[in-house]
Amino acid sequence: MAHEKNHDYHIIAPSIWPFLGAMSAFVMLFGAVLWFHDYTPLIAVVGLLGVLYVMYGWWSEVVAESQAGDHTPVVSIGLRYGVIMFIASEVAFFSAWFWSFFKHAIYPMADVATKTTATAYGADGVWPPVGIETFDPWHLPLINTLILLCSGCAATWAHHAVQEGDRDGLKWGLLIAVLLGVLFTVTQAYEYSHAAFGFAGNIYGANFYMATGFHGFHVIVGTIFLAVCYIRALKGHFTPEKHIGFEAAVWYWHFVDVVWLFLFMAVYIWGA
Amino acid sequence: MADAAAHGAHDHRPGFFTRWFMSTNHKDIGILYIFTAAALGIISVAFTMFMRLELMDPGVQYMCMEGFAAAECTPNGHLWNVMITGHGVLMMFFVVIPLLFGGFGNYFMPLMIGAPDMAFPRMNNLSFWMFFAGATLAVLSVVMPGGNGQLGAGVGWVLYAPLSTNEQGFAMDLAIFAVHLSGASSILGAINMITTFLNMRAPGMTLFKVPLFAWSIMVTAMLILFALPVLAGAITMLLTDRNFGTTFFDPAGGGDPVLYQHILWFFGHPEVYIIIVPAFGIISHVISTFAKKPIFGYLGMVWAMIGIGVLGFVVWAHHMYTVGMSANAQAYFMLATMVIAVPTGIKVFSWIATMWGGSIEFKTPMLWAFGFLFLFTVGGVTGIILSQAAVDRAYHDTYYVVAHFHYVMSLGAVFGIFAGIYYWFGKMSGRQYPEWAGKLHFWMMFIGANITFFPQHFLGRQGMPRRYIDYPEQFALWNYVSSWGAFLSGASLLFFLWIVWYTLTRGEKVTEPAYWGPHAETLEWTLSNPPPEHTFETLPTRDMWDKQHH
Repeated sequence: MAHEKNHDYHIIAPSIWPFLGAMSAFVMLFGAVLWFHDYTPLIAVVGLLGVLYVMYGWWSEVVAESQAGDHTPVVSIGLRYGVIMFIASEVAFFSAWFWSFFKHAIYPMADVATKTTATAYGADGVWPPVGIETFDPWHLPLINTLILLCSGCAATWAHHAVQEGDRDGLKWGLLIAVLLGVLFTVTQAYEYSHAAFGFAGNIYGANFYMATGFHGFHVIVGTIFLAVCYIRALKGHFTPEKHIGFEAAVWYWHFVDVVWLFLFMAVYIWGA
Repeated sequence: MADAAAHGAHDHRPGFFTRWFMSTNHKDIGILYIFTAAALGIISVAFTMFMRLELMDPGVQYMCMEGFAAAECTPNGHLWNVMITGHGVLMMFFVVIPLLFGGFGNYFMPLMIGAPDMAFPRMNNLSFWMFFAGATLAVLSVVMPGGNGQLGAGVGWVLYAPLSTNEQGFAMDLAIFAVHLSGASSILGAINMITTFLNMRAPGMTLFKVPLFAWSIMVTAMLILFALPVLAGAITMLLTDRNFGTTFFDPAGGGDPVLYQHILWFFGHPEVYIIIVPAFGIISHVISTFAKKPIFGYLGMVWAMIGIGVLGFVVWAHHMYTVGMSANAQAYFMLATMVIAVPTGIKVFSWIATMWGGSIEFKTPMLWAFGFLFLFTVGGVTGIILSQAAVDRAYHDTYYVVAHFHYVMSLGAVFGIFAGIYYWFGKMSGRQYPEWAGKLHFWMMFIGANITFFPQHFLGRQGMPRRYIDYPEQFALWNYVSSWGAFLSGASLLFFLWIVWYTLTRGEKVTEPAYWGPHAETLEWTLSNPPPEHTFETLPTRDMWDKQHH
């Protein structure tokens, strides 16, 4: 290079990951369409494996860059902006599920079988719909709420520990947060398996499974994110001054927490 | 950057595959966006030529079950529906946003704020290739098995349930995933743009010293960040309704098809500002450059864009006055919609005030900016008319609406794109187009587009509904005129392709960095044509961009 860079921003060498990632996403989604229409699931699975491989390879590279010192103070600020914006877009994503839930809970449609005339807003039904037996919110859902909140506390403990240079506190806090995250997912799976309503054919199940299911997916992602941070903590990657990846995981985890609190209050308590 | 010209000669560009498939360079990715989106635009325009050919005369002559223009013609309504869907989906998601936001945004926003590259250069490339993958799915959705035992998805770009949840075949699912990928690409792009804008401005460039185009990209990115994820939710519901038996939009299971319209338009109205706001930015720079005056009312221009962005989120139901909302809801959406005319008026009058007393030079980009001002204002005024819930009872889903949104988008946004292309062509390629050719292209397209869309106001007022393959005799005259206008615009695009080819192969080389003169003040005009691979390796100093500072 004829000129050396004379600033603190991170100029990245060409990388194959974005191209591979997008092509894998294409294969995955095209395969999913084939799968939906009763052709082989194989293509979708191949695509998914490609996406996972790209995630692993790409983020390993980011971790290596962080260790190499590419994440200068100004780059770190940029990474924080990026995480905040990503979480903001996730909030917008969940608002679609809450929109559908509140619409149907506040203006439930009448049972079309018993209606003689159609109105544009046939909002004269009941919620939950007739024949739906909902969960008791003060049973497993309450326990799960506590599990997730405790997990959030453990993550915050770990966060404070790393800021004070307390490596043991960081590891224990993260480990507990991860294990409680796994416990939440297991409990949620147990609850699903005992549901008295299905995903298909009724609006209650559609809203319930879509909202809590996407939340559950985010819990799994967040758990993996924290687990990766745990491994990195064992390797001594985080210092009191520099722990962006971990901070992002904690922010994400708190976001998942808050979404759950809204789901618990709206879907489980108020909506039942 | 006194050695800017010499700088280019030292470049060691990477090899072809590395440069174009593994790029982490915002300028190269911008070029990729521009060429890919332009290619999709040509496909999308080809659809409209086919449609205008069919609509030229009453009766169905060309879209036949028996094949193109069969002697014994059975009308192929599904083919028509596939054409309008393909045109809409491509234009809304894969042509205008990738050109303005992905293309010009990528190329010029970092240059204008003096950033060496985007904040997340790898993610930038992921945005592009996800857009590419999504565009491929969208094109496949036109040719894969779809509804009515034929090829392609034919439900309109809005993908309204229950049509979209009931159409058979692969095509609809492919279209849904195409929009998913395009949305993910746009969201990643928005995160990147916002971070770059907030974190990488040149030393001393505070928020209200940022050039207007960079601001327009920032506002657009915020709209994308909050609108696109909501759409992703809505189309995921379509997907599960289609494939997993859910009943979000199916009254038989307690669902509500009107809910889909609400969520779609909660995204859809910000979407139209996502399309037009970057064009606002470009027009501001072009008018200022060729009126040889600084932009009038810079602060007002910035706040007007922010205001338009915020208001864009609270007016969505004016697209659906006829679904049976309460009178109060309609009154609210009507009022809120009209309020948008205020910030839009600020922009239009500030552009005019910029030209007032200026020394105006009618170079090609300025002609496109003039065209933009005229056409966008016409489209804006018909928008005010359509915002009236009572009047909309008559105009809803007629050609009046088609004329309205083509005036703001097909003409407003597209004229903004051409203003940008002609303004920056020399900067991006190092070669300049022949001035006469740019002007001829402008006049062909300006006349052609007006002949196409102005008569559609008359058709709408006479009651001709949109989205139909055929119409009664009394609409024949203006449809005939409109089709000839479309063919003239189509010819102008072919001419434009020639201009691009000619300029890139034998256009005159431009060596002067600020070839539009001293009133093009933003930082890209301090760089060579084309700029070196890596720009601003030493960050720009304040006197390079702040001409009022001294």
